[in-house]
Parts: sequence; structure tokens; C-alpha cells
Amino acid sequence: MTWVFDHLGLLGDLTVTHVYLSVLPVLLGLVIAVPLGWAASRWRPARAVLLTVSGLLYTIPSLALIVILPALISTKTLDPVNVIITLTVYTIALLVRSIADALSSVPPTVVAAATAIGYRPFKRFVGVEFPLAVPVVVAGLRVAMVSNISLVSVGALIGIAGYGQLFTNGFQLQFVTEIVTGIVATLLLALVADLLLQLIGRLVTPWTRVGR
Amino acid sequence: MNLLTSWLFDPTNWSGPTGVPARLLEHLWYTALALAIAIVIGFPLGALVGHTKRGGFVLVGAANVLRALPTVGVLTLVVLLAGIGLVPPIAALTLLAIPPIMAGAYAGIGAVEPVVVDAARGVGMREREVLFQVEIPNAMPLIFGGVRSAALQVVATATIAAYVGLGGLGRYVFDGLALHDYPQMAGGAILVAVLAVLVELVLTGVQRLVVSPGLRPVRTSGGIQR
Repeated sequence: MTWVFDHLGLLGDLTVTHVYLSVLPVLLGLVIAVPLGWAASRWRPARAVLLTVSGLLYTIPSLALIVILPALISTKTLDPVNVIITLTVYTIALLVRSIADALSSVPPTVVAAATAIGYRPFKRFVGVEFPLAVPVVVAGLRVAMVSNISLVSVGALIGIAGYGQLFTNGFQLQFVTEIVTGIVATLLLALVADLLLQLIGRLVTPWTRVGR
Repeated sequence: MNLLTSWLFDPTNWSGPTGVPARLLEHLWYTALALAIAIVIGFPLGALVGHTKRGGFVLVGAANVLRALPTVGVLTLVVLLAGIGLVPPIAALTLLAIPPIMAGAYAGIGAVEPVVVDAARGVGMREREVLFQVEIPNAMPLIFGGVRSAALQVVATATIAAYVGLGGLGRYVFDGLALHDYPQMAGGAILVAVLAVLVELVLTGVQRLVVSPGLRPVRTSGGIQR
């Protein structure tokens, strides 16, 4: 424990990096996956193409993609941008399917009713269809968040900052405390992120609790 | 693109004890071993909880904690505690594979229609027979889905075994990194990616064989129904 208190500054810095590298891709992924999921829910050919491509992307191991990206988009090998792009791709791959399924499962009667009271397609999507899909989207975001948090640690093996550095450093120095600290910090971060997402999910869907 | 392919298509990298076929076999060996241990531990636990419908809360909680456990942290910790060898990567990969397998078995068996299970008991099946002849076959899509997802994660993550001195395709990634040999790193990464896609294709094929045709998703006008 003494080690932990002596290194609070380091732990703080690593937390900031780790949060940044795992949260930013979730936000970017969400912004990109919503229109893609919408397209997949509307047109059958788009659905087939998008779901096949996202299934394939999801299969490619993250460490492999982080290593290959620099050659594809001419970034530097250890640039954090590679991690952000890789994790964004995973988040999109994960969310497109759940958003498409959630939008497809909005009852047609609800859509018809919204149209009947004068909603135009865009406003109807923002005001009616997407909000009804929010619980499913939040479930997808929770999976993406937890998996991103653990994937950032893997990046440490090839020099990416974050809690993973506690593992590589502790391993080189044969220092168990540092590794255990890293494991506990990762678990706590995953727990906090998960609780926050659940909370946000509840706050933005007050109608799901009406009448309870 | 030469950066990606110059190492990969050099024939000298494809033979001998450090060649691609040898590393590929090591990679598959770690994967198969970890997956087998994870099935032996995770499947009975998930099946038991799914069958008895008791302890689901504890099981889901345990699976979630295991899922959040950073594999690299477990790997390096076990190396410090048990020494370099096969144990640390297999332990880390097994812990990675247990949650999806356990959750798949639990969710699959727990979700078998109660009417079907009652009917099985009604015609005089014993609990064992209900589990093995009714619940497990009916739950096969979800059980196999869990195994498949575990296999994919393990095949991808077995790369890190090379970080603690073992073989496998990760060897090229970490050796390339240490030697500032990007084509070697990229070559290893591409091999891992191709292997993952192949494993996914093979498992999709196997799934068709082990899942009863009566349980295949039915295509309807509203897309694929499950």
C-alpha cells in the first residue's frame, strides 16, 4: 500500500490516459454507428453488407489491428491514434448490429402513430425511434466500454500508455504490488464506467419507470 | 504495402523451428489447451446453475468480474508468482475463456422452454436425462455461441504468450518490436488476424453440425428471428 500512496501522481496520470483512450472511442463509435445502424434497419442490402463487414472487423484481433494500422494510414507505430481508431472500429462493429436490431424492433404502430401526428422522418427518428432504442444501445455501450478498458491494457505490450504500463513495468522489475495495483485499478475503472453508463441509461429513459 | 508483405512473403520465414508453420502450431496448441480447460471448468458450472435455476445472480456477477480482469495483468502476475513457462499464459487465457463459456451454458440451459423440460419430466426422464437429452441439445446454439466467442478471444490473445518468453505467432510481433523490424511485426499481426478469421469460419461450420436443424434461425419477412 505504501507504494500506491507514494505513486498517486503516476496513478492519476495513467488513469487520465486510460480513460481517454477507452472512452473517446466509445463516443466516436456511437456517433458513427447510429447512422450506420439506421441505414441497416431501413435497407435490407445495407443491412447485409454492414453486418457482414462489422462481423469480420470484430473478428480481427485488436493487437493485430493496432500493429497493422500504421502501414495502412501512415501513422507512427506507437501513436495513440492507432489505439483510438482500432477501438472505435470495434465499438462500431459491436453497436451497428444492436442499433439496427433495436430500431427494427420499434413497433410499426408506434412509427405510424408518430407519422400521423405530424412527425417528419428525421424528427421522428430523433424524437421517437432512437429514444425507444436507447436501452439496447446502452447495453451495447456497456459491453464496448468494458472491453475497451481491458484492451487498452493490451496496448501496453507494444508501448501504449495506460494501466497496462503497471503490468509491463512490474513485470520487468519483478514487482508484484505494481501489477496487483494495475489489476485492481482496471477492475475499479470498469466498475465505475459500467455504473455510470447504467445511470445515464436510466436518466435518459424516464418513461421506462413510469407506473412502477 | 511493401511494409506489410516484405517479411510475410519471404520464404526463409516459413521453415524451421522459428518459421511460420511451427509458430502457428504453438499458437493453436496454447489456444486449444486453454479452451479445453475453460470448457471443463466453465461448462459444468454454467449447466448446473442453468439446470437448477439457483445461483444465477452469483454466476453472472462472477462472469462479469472475470470479464473485466485485464489478461495482461493476470499473465504478468502469474509469471512473477509461478515463474516463466506454460502455466502463466494458459492460466491467463483460461480465465479469459471461462466467462463466455459459463454464461453461454447458463443462458442457454436457463432459457429452454419450461414446457419442454416439464414434458421431459412428465414422460419419466430422470434429471440426468433431462439435462443431457433435452436441455443441452436445445441450448446448443447459445452454448456453442459461448464457446465460439471464447475461442476467438483466446486465439487473438494467445499472441501475448510471446511477451513472457513463449512461442506462438506473437513471437514475430514482439521480436519485430524489439528489433525495430516493422515488417516482421506487421507480418505476425496479419497472420494472427487471418488465423482468427479462419477459426471463426471453421467454428461457423462446426456449429451447423452440432446444432439440431430444428433449432436453426428461421428466415421470415421481418429479418432473422431467433
